[in-house]
Amino acid sequence: MHDEPILKIQRLEKVFGRGCSHCQHEDTRQLEKNFCPYCGTVYACRNISFELFPGEILGIVGESGSGKSTLMQCLYFDETATGGEMFINHEDFKGKNIFALSNQQKRNVRNHILGMVYQNPTKGLKMNFSSIGNIAEKLIAAGNRHVGEMERVGMELLDKVHIPLFRMKEEPKRFSGGMQQRVQIAKALSNYPPILFLDEVTTGLDLSVQASVLDLIKTIQREMGISMIVVSHDLAVIRMLADRTMVMLNGEVIEAGLTDQVLEDPQDAYTQQLVYSLL
Amino acid sequence: MTRLHQFAFFDEGSKKEIRRTILKAISIPGYQVPFSSREMPIARGWGTGGLQVTLAIIGQEDVLKVIDQGSDESVNAVNIKKLVEKTTGVTITEKTAEATIIQSRHRIPEQTLTEGQVLVLQVPAPEPLRSVEKSERQTKILHAEEEYSGAWLQLFEQIMKYGQTNTGADHPVYVAGRYVMAPSPIPRFDNHKMNHSEALILLGAGREKKIYAVPPYTDVRSLAFEDYPFTVESFATEACHLCGATDTYLDEIIDADKDKVYYQCNDSHHCLERVNGVIEGKGDISYA
Ligand SMILES: Nc1ncnc2c1ncn2[C@@H]1O[C@H](COP(=O)(O)OP(=O)(O)OP(=O)(O)O)[C@@H](O)[C@H]1O
Ligand SMILES: [Mg+2]
Ligand SMILES: [Zn+2]
Ligand SMILES: [Zn+2]
Repeated sequence: MHDEPILKIQRLEKVFGRGCSHCQHEDTRQLEKNFCPYCGTVYACRNISFELFPGEILGIVGESGSGKSTLMQCLYFDETATGGEMFINHEDFKGKNIFALSNQQKRNVRNHILGMVYQNPTKGLKMNFSSIGNIAEKLIAAGNRHVGEMERVGMELLDKVHIPLFRMKEEPKRFSGGMQQRVQIAKALSNYPPILFLDEVTTGLDLSVQASVLDLIKTIQREMGISMIVVSHDLAVIRMLADRTMVMLNGEVIEAGLTDQVLEDPQDAYTQQLVYSLL
Repeated sequence: MTRLHQFAFFDEGSKKEIRRTILKAISIPGYQVPFSSREMPIARGWGTGGLQVTLAIIGQEDVLKVIDQGSDESVNAVNIKKLVEKTTGVTITEKTAEATIIQSRHRIPEQTLTEGQVLVLQVPAPEPLRSVEKSERQTKILHAEEEYSGAWLQLFEQIMKYGQTNTGADHPVYVAGRYVMAPSPIPRFDNHKMNHSEALILLGAGREKKIYAVPPYTDVRSLAFEDYPFTVESFATEACHLCGATDTYLDEIIDADKDKVYYQCNDSHHCLERVNGVIEGKGDISYA
């Protein structure tokens, strides 16, 4: 690709725990899967580097516990990365390591440049507030103070994700799982973020509902040109959505490339096992 | 005369600690400062926060007025006055202008407070973000990062549901352009009295163990969206049936016998002063 990456991650690391003499040094540490058997410290994300290009969908696939959600949460600042750098190609933040900014500045990045759809809708939505209110929350956080305008944007987006407008004042707790995910998507899109993170958006949904949500994501990506990172342990989802794919295992990226290549001709032994067992 | 207690009930150490909390609160307008709220001879939730503030700042020369819902004579106000009077011997008054300390629940007096006076407000729920965020740890972070989306969201929800913000009382305010603060359950009608108030305003929450303050001449703005300006309770064309006031906060009183509704000043002392011609205002009735 000729474009500059819109997002660039270098050597991201997320460690839960303090470490011990056995695991402090990267070269000598002997982990069991992703944790140190001596002190129990979890190395949830290790040495993760990648780039995301404008308008691209990057897939992340990996088994349960491989660190996918932790990575997303570090990128959205729900968790603090314990190492590494994050760069965003945006005039306000050129050349600045976003991880090193103050919490207030990170909030600013999140409110204006990023959107997130959580694996669990209760994390992304206030279940006791109206659906339109949930969308407005993100707009308010981005500085909007005009009710009429927020209502207009909210209605437009609810319509786009196929929530009937006569239900816009209902609370998401009264909606089905698929509808809740669609409200989450509408909320994440409300500030027209150039970058959107989607963590297992279709997990737990009926197959037919899954298909409609995936369709929606594809349409949004085409129409709005948003760059996305799509996390899933479902290869079918990755195959349908992602241009490029990274495979994670025990907190590390073990293989990355064009989705077709990774899925048709995997190089790493683990990826081969993953792909062939599912075919 | 032998006193049963220390002057103003507390020992000097306790008063000192509360005063230090108050000084910190004044230095950071609108910021809730934690303090070790003490057991009081009245139940928590009945103004113990305000009472502790009053007792910590009161001196022999002070003149105290206590009101509850606009009335000097309610049981709660009377109990507080008795306790302070018994432990300090200070002069108690009903005259707003005469008081140096005014402790109040649910109202700011109609008569404009002036420099040198202290208004002590009793606060049941000091955290304006509590209904959107249950964790105290989190609300602390939100205040620190000036992240007040939650407060705005509550107003947005009200507009969606009722077509307007319907905070009956305790409509949140921005203090000195930095902290969002719960002004205590005063009607919206009273919010503007906090803006550039000449009097020092101290707010005490006993159960929640917080003290916060609005120093004199501080900017206090009620939260409002661009297209839904802040409005106060409106009594349309009604006037007080006693003093004729059209510029005060009125209570609706229903006379079941006559099947009639009439209006009366909520601030009973202010109403009386107007009837007696001591002070003047809009809509005065001449009894001459
Ligand atoms: N707060 C935490 N404290 C300690 N360990 C944690 C914490 N959060 C996550 N982990 C650990 O980090 C590792 C990665 O977890 P993560 O949730 O990122 O995996 P995942 O790839 O998203 O899995 P899944 O497919 O099940 O969603 C796991 O070993 C998990 O136990
Ligand atoms: Mg996960
Ligand atoms: Zn260790
Ligand atoms: Zn009157």
